[in-house]
Amino acid sequence: MNRPAEIVAPPGRSLWSDAWRVLRRNRAAMTALLLLATMTLLVIVGPWLSAFSFDATDWDRISEPPSLASGHWFGTDALGRDLFVRTLYGGRISLLVGAVATAVSLLIGISYGAIAGYVGGRVDQVMMRIVDILYALPFMFLVILLMVLFGRNIVLIFFAIGAINWLDMARIVRGQAMSLRSKEYVEAARAGGVRTGRIIFRHIVPNLLGVVIVYATLTVPQVILVESFLSFLGLGVQEPMTSWGALVNEGAQELENAPWMLLFPATWLALTLFCFNFVGDGLRDALDPRDRQG
Amino acid sequence: MSESLLEVTGLGVRFGTPDGEVSAVQDLNFEVSAGECLGIVGESGSGKSQSVLSLLGLLADNGRASGCAHFGGRDLLALSAAELAAVRGAQIAMVFQDPMTALNPYLSIGSQMSLVLRRHEQLSPRAARDRCTEMLTSVNISDAANRLDSFPHELSGGQRQRVMIAAALLCRPRLLIADEPTTALDVTVQAQILALISQLREQFDTAVLLITHDLGVVAGHCDRVLVMEQGQRRDYGGVKEIFTTPAHDYTRRLLAAVPRIDAPGRQALPDTVDELLAVQDLSVSFRLPPLRWPGRARELRAVDDISFALAAGETLGVVGESGCGKSTLARAVLRLVPPGAGRVSLLGRELLPLQGESLRAARRDLQVVFQDPLASLDPRMTVRDIVAEPLESFQPELDRDSVTARVAELLGRVGLEAAHLNRYPHEFSGGQSQRIGIARALICAPKLVICDEAVSALDVSVQAQIIDLLLDLQQELGLALIFIAHDLAVVRQISHRVLVMYLGRAVELAAANELYERPRHPYTRALLQAVPIPDPDLERGRERQLLSGDVPSPLQPPSGCAFRTRCSFADARCAAERPVLHELHGGLVACHRAEEI
Amino acid sequence: MAAPQNQPVLRFAVQRLLGAIPTLLVLIALAFFLIRLAPGGPFDSEKQLPPEIETKLRAAYNLDDPLPMQLGRYLLNIAQGDFGPSFQYRDFTVSELIATGFPVSLRLGSLAMAIALLLGITAGTLAALRQNRPADYTIMGAAMTGISIPNFVLAPLLVLVFAVWLGWLPAGGLGDGSLRYLVLPVIALALPQVAYIARLTRGSMIEVLRSPFIRTARAQGLATHTIILRHALKPALLPVVSYLGPALAAIITGSVVVEQIFGVPGLGRFFVQGALNRDYTLVMGVVVFYGSLIIALNFIVDLVYGWLDPRLRQV
Ligand code: SF4
Repeated sequence: MNRPAEIVAPPGRSLWSDAWRVLRRNRAAMTALLLLATMTLLVIVGPWLSAFSFDATDWDRISEPPSLASGHWFGTDALGRDLFVRTLYGGRISLLVGAVATAVSLLIGISYGAIAGYVGGRVDQVMMRIVDILYALPFMFLVILLMVLFGRNIVLIFFAIGAINWLDMARIVRGQAMSLRSKEYVEAARAGGVRTGRIIFRHIVPNLLGVVIVYATLTVPQVILVESFLSFLGLGVQEPMTSWGALVNEGAQELENAPWMLLFPATWLALTLFCFNFVGDGLRDALDPRDRQG
Repeated sequence: MSESLLEVTGLGVRFGTPDGEVSAVQDLNFEVSAGECLGIVGESGSGKSQSVLSLLGLLADNGRASGCAHFGGRDLLALSAAELAAVRGAQIAMVFQDPMTALNPYLSIGSQMSLVLRRHEQLSPRAARDRCTEMLTSVNISDAANRLDSFPHELSGGQRQRVMIAAALLCRPRLLIADEPTTALDVTVQAQILALISQLREQFDTAVLLITHDLGVVAGHCDRVLVMEQGQRRDYGGVKEIFTTPAHDYTRRLLAAVPRIDAPGRQALPDTVDELLAVQDLSVSFRLPPLRWPGRARELRAVDDISFALAAGETLGVVGESGCGKSTLARAVLRLVPPGAGRVSLLGRELLPLQGESLRAARRDLQVVFQDPLASLDPRMTVRDIVAEPLESFQPELDRDSVTARVAELLGRVGLEAAHLNRYPHEFSGGQSQRIGIARALICAPKLVICDEAVSALDVSVQAQIIDLLLDLQQELGLALIFIAHDLAVVRQISHRVLVMYLGRAVELAAANELYERPRHPYTRALLQAVPIPDPDLERGRERQLLSGDVPSPLQPPSGCAFRTRCSFADARCAAERPVLHELHGGLVACHRAEEI
Repeated sequence: MAAPQNQPVLRFAVQRLLGAIPTLLVLIALAFFLIRLAPGGPFDSEKQLPPEIETKLRAAYNLDDPLPMQLGRYLLNIAQGDFGPSFQYRDFTVSELIATGFPVSLRLGSLAMAIALLLGITAGTLAALRQNRPADYTIMGAAMTGISIPNFVLAPLLVLVFAVWLGWLPAGGLGDGSLRYLVLPVIALALPQVAYIARLTRGSMIEVLRSPFIRTARAQGLATHTIILRHALKPALLPVVSYLGPALAAIITGSVVVEQIFGVPGLGRFFVQGALNRDYTLVMGVVVFYGSLIIALNFIVDLVYGWLDPRLRQV
């Protein structure tokens, strides 16, 4: 008989490594990923490298076009503030909102969906009815109402946005949990005396993870969009702090004499959304088990 | 021999994949004469379906066909897409495997059928409708005119396949291609559909190309047979010749591997009577949510008052058509579904009242092997972790290396290698995956293993190997098995005793050979008669009484005897009074008239 | 409820209606309590209000009654189309403002919706039929760009290019009310939805075209256009139909910024002004009005869905 030490077993190809191979072959997604990483890095460290601060006004240099010589690479705004630094600062807010609000929506969505899906039965019916009702509400308007009532508050924005985006996640997770629960390998584990906690930890969670990653990636751009929308309307972050939405709004007002004020922040915002969508699509192709059959 | 209708020479099919070209069919030659039935037999991956799809230009986008296929003076493979489309449906028609998905669920049957007539014969809507009604009547669908407005989901499986056949024959094609037309159907419905195809073949003077994996179907219905393996022709000739004097070794192996319902079982009743498992009056009901909210919840009695006992080392076969509750019975004994009424005791210990930790402990003696080998293995775990899981949960004190050693040893026992330890399920074939499932079931040395359709998804030759493995293991380890399957021939091979179920109820329980040779219950008889035998002479000489209709919905079982809606012996008492299982000639049967029949 | 047993369609409709009503109630109650209980809100007693508003408010909201009764009366008022007086536009009631602004927004929104559906479905179907070929890549690339550029970015960009630089179209306002003035706002509103619907249609069309019943239709020799139009389109459009509700919500939301940017005097513009000036009754009136609109559309979508998918009609 073999002694353990003598067993030579070459490693197999796990689904994760398969997915990674598929993703790596997807040039669009990989480029987008790289671009995102670069932008994130810039947004974080960029402001420290620049000679200007985001709120320093310079009355001699109002609405100056972009130039390398002056050091105002993106030009300045109507108050003479450096647009490059302001764009990066806006990016900090946008990306931060993206991350935090997505995390909030994941937390609520996953726990809600997993409970409904795993418990099933009447609990599930009631929980999903609630989601149906909430789903039909015009959330953007409620958030605006909230902003109007409670004042403009960044923490509130985080939670308001996170709280409206969890519905999709809850539905997806619930559907997955339901189908996983009746999978034969879960039944086999139960028959094999595996405890419920361990089943959830070893069988349900890893198989849920793929879908969650995909939808989390697709939630980030949605969240960024909502925040910029609010800021655009003047209901988001307040001066002198800024975000991409607020910058686009300022740019839209100076359209005729300072188009760069619109073009730079708009490009950054669109590019970020674009990249997130591409990465999300790529992940979906790589992790969606439906395409694995072929 | 009459004139040749279709002549295929040098047919090849290739698929372009990211990893290069894959050849599915090579140098295939065959012909079909007018009015004859040619069977193409092969296991999965033999290229039998692809070769036929290629003739009609129905390959997937990455597929290419080469060679010649002469039909009505033209080469099908040389036709333009438009010319070929004019042939399809008009001169060559096709029937597919699963009538549920092959019919458009969003269109009424009438519109789906009319589209064919309006395309090929430019009929007016009225005339098309009349022709459809006529055709539905010829496939024995009652109330045809009204049925045209039905949607596929409103029909039973058998009716759907009749509609498919009717749609295929609308333009009186000269060749009907049927690709596994009965594989998705129950055996009693299969018999009806095959009889219908044979009858229509004569009535419309249509040649039939029947693609199937089932040698029994070929034996009963084909004039000539083409045997395929790995994209190549292995045998080709008259049906008798193929079955009696096959030229190719592959055909011989295939014939040897096919389980036959008329072959005596391999298991003699053991003399030991140590009772291992006792099931008494077990019932399981499910509450289904209302069809629409708000509404009343519906109750489904999946298992209705079942009792049986099982001795150590014994195999009990459980058979029945889909929806008869055999899988639920297994899940109830395993406590995977909430138990209803009744008692289940294993080695004298009551299972149903157990909860939590004590239930978990009791599961050690009771294991399961499922039907779909891939679905029953967690795709994200390695083989080692999958097989080790029950052991680690029952003996957490074992260290990692000794668990691995046990797993490796067991893998060897079920015919795999220790080198497979770190592989993932998707890297294995169906047969290998099922071996992994068996290893997992055996790792804790259980007393009873429940096999729920454990070999149904496998090809015949692989099926035979797995059955051999199970029988060996049973001998060696003294295992008791509950072997659940819809394939009656397989069950006969492996079982000591057999339980027949219908709509959640036990209709007959007897020793295997006794039950197969002298069935007492009308349903058992009909079931056995419906199973085809892979022997042309026997199969064609058999006297059969076909059951009519489909299995009723388990949501609304008939009153009295559940079988009475399809039983030719039914009388007033059958509707009023539910027959109980009683002893008759050493077996148990639930029929009021079993004695007279 | 005594819905006739022999009329499944009516029964279905009644059941769906029963589902829509609670949503509406939740919406109104939510808006009501938010505004009623918010600190620093209009009903904060610390607040100094002009006397004429104070009287109107007291009359409209019966501030002296217990809360549930107030809610009940509020519901009753809404049912009669009365949303109370506006804070900001003192001479108007909220209903009058809605009546002024909504027709403008409706024209904008319905044009955008029509374009989004027409263009989105066509482009999506084309891409699906040319899957993985240049046409597909082009359409999907454009769609990806479309969903990544929000209306409030697209709108000023359009103004910059077509009004400021090229001078082809007016930059804002409704002018003489001719179509020229609507082109840019409608495009800004429709484009992201075109992109989304195109992606949705492509995905579901590809999936439907892979299904076995399409193979059956091909085996029956049906012409390609028959297969697409008669067999595939209906199931492929189901996801688009269920997206109609969210699409309407997105277009309404979008109209808020688009009207703002183009200076279109629609309901969205009133809404933003109201939000910035803390015109509570107006904001709440618009929220309830648009919310009801979306819920009503969702109800209609449900009915259409039932009509498209025969399996749902089953009793
Ligand atoms: S009880 Fe009656 S209906 Fe049932 S099987 Fe026997 S004869 Fe047929």
